[in-house]
Amino acid sequence: MKKKESVKTTTKTTYQIPIGPIHPALKEPVMFEFEIDGERIIDVDVSLGHVHRGIEWAGMQRNPVQILYLAERICGICSYSHPIAFARAVENACDIEVPERAEYLRVIHGELERICSHILWAGVAAHEIGFDTVLFLTWEMREKALDLTEYLTGNRVTKAIIMIGGVRRDITSDMVPKVQETLKYFKDNFEKLRHIFLDDKTVRLRSQGCGVLTYDDALKLCAIGPTTRASGVKKDVRVDQAYAAYGDLDIDYMTPDVLTGEVNGDVYDRIIVRLLEVKQSIDLIEQCLDKMPSGDILSEPKIPKLLARVKKTAGEGIGRHEAPRGEVIHYVKFDGENDNPYTWKARAPTYNNILPWIPMLKGEQIADIPIVAASTDPCISCTNRVTIVDNDKNSRYILNREELHRMSIEKTRRLMK
Amino acid sequence: MSKKKMSPEEIVKYFKDEFKAKVKDSRVEKRVAGVKKKEFVNIWLKIDKSVFKDVIKHLCDIQFPHLAVVSGNDLGSTIELIYHFSLYYGERLNEVSLNISVELPKSNPVIETICDYIPGALTTEREKQEMLGVKIKGIPDSRRLFLPDDFPEGVYPWRKDETGPKDMVRNLHEVKK
Repeated sequence: MKKKESVKTTTKTTYQIPIGPIHPALKEPVMFEFEIDGERIIDVDVSLGHVHRGIEWAGMQRNPVQILYLAERICGICSYSHPIAFARAVENACDIEVPERAEYLRVIHGELERICSHILWAGVAAHEIGFDTVLFLTWEMREKALDLTEYLTGNRVTKAIIMIGGVRRDITSDMVPKVQETLKYFKDNFEKLRHIFLDDKTVRLRSQGCGVLTYDDALKLCAIGPTTRASGVKKDVRVDQAYAAYGDLDIDYMTPDVLTGEVNGDVYDRIIVRLLEVKQSIDLIEQCLDKMPSGDILSEPKIPKLLARVKKTAGEGIGRHEAPRGEVIHYVKFDGENDNPYTWKARAPTYNNILPWIPMLKGEQIADIPIVAASTDPCISCTNRVTIVDNDKNSRYILNREELHRMSIEKTRRLMK
Repeated sequence: MSKKKMSPEEIVKYFKDEFKAKVKDSRVEKRVAGVKKKEFVNIWLKIDKSVFKDVIKHLCDIQFPHLAVVSGNDLGSTIELIYHFSLYYGERLNEVSLNISVELPKSNPVIETICDYIPGALTTEREKQEMLGVKIKGIPDSRRLFLPDDFPEGVYPWRKDETGPKDMVRNLHEVKK
């Protein structure tokens, strides 16, 4: 097999905005460039930046309270994770306390987002291999999680619940039964979900031994979240660090060996980890409801006073949070003269999970691209355009998303025969 | 993982013993969270550019560190890069966030790559090159990451000086495609 230099292509962008890293939501453009020999992938290159919005630069012209709402719009699914990481960074820089009750409320909202996101992912993964009935089943379950989110925060997607120094809405005792009822629904349906994904022969055929990321690669490439845990690396901010109320709760790393006793680092293991985490999140919300102390939910309700404090601060801080896809980290620096940050850096989980794609995809078939790429749950999901370079024919052609999806379904059908 | 776990103060001492005055500043922040008041730690180290690569090597000797991201500040005459690491992950409540900062003069903003120790640093190093206009010496892949290929040369989005994007943003209609 002769290895050829990968051919560079440029993508057409509609317009340019100068700054800031991005965190495009699901199914937004990312371009892979594969080098293919017959059906096998030899080399992969990923191009990013098609939907660069310059959010950080925009943030540096605004005050921290305004940034909370901007941070929420970095990602449509992690619309809680970014504001909390940003709020923690500001709290770190300005030395702002968070009331104990707010810490517990933060955990509840964080875990609810995780349930939402993982179930959504399960549906997308099923869709990628051609099981659209499962897509509708999982999204029906997710609808319940969204209903609960709306009940607790007033919004279904952009929750606007985080405030610097606490949260904006309490969960009162009359709201608890509704939360418990939804949790019971998840527990009752969890077995169905587990059975579909873990016992089904076709899902196993498509996912076992596919898209393998070894322990060493996961560690060296700084992979995070379920992607790294499925390879056996124990890295989870909620367990590693005492933040919010996680230090008080009973929580452990979810690696696939918890269920199967072995770690393979393939797509199947990544499914296991996410399913285990859904169960873990249900348990964590229950623990929080049990243990939640009474008291304030916000340390400084007066926003002008809060901003005056930020204005006086000259310093820097970081905030980490375990989002559904892995660690998210925000860095802020204030110069002591303005209330808008001197620097704001937001790092989304997918950023670190880009490099691990390369070892995962090498050696796989073209039809496996959708499920392997989706298995890290990228926020820049899905191969919206793939350039195929055929070594033998020495030609180049482009497969669009629909064709690629069709090839993936055909492979599933072949395996089912 | 084989070595005994060091306390945050010991980690700072470890670097100070090795690099003496080249460690320009150090700060250990301890915060508590939750009802049980469990502690978490942030360490901030400021080091001299000349020992940077050696510091990373010593860091890797403690435990293979997790590099979260590199962030950067334009401080006027210098550019500061902050490497956000975490150590001792994988054990309950043991993690230490270690933030190592290094300042580069704007006249010669060059720093060595750390991709040979931590291959996962590539994405963030590529981003620093295009956003801050620093030069990463020995970087395995020096292409742009987020910025499009037709973005003008010599404009660095995170700079606050004349190479920053202020004029460009104000006069977007003038930007040549």
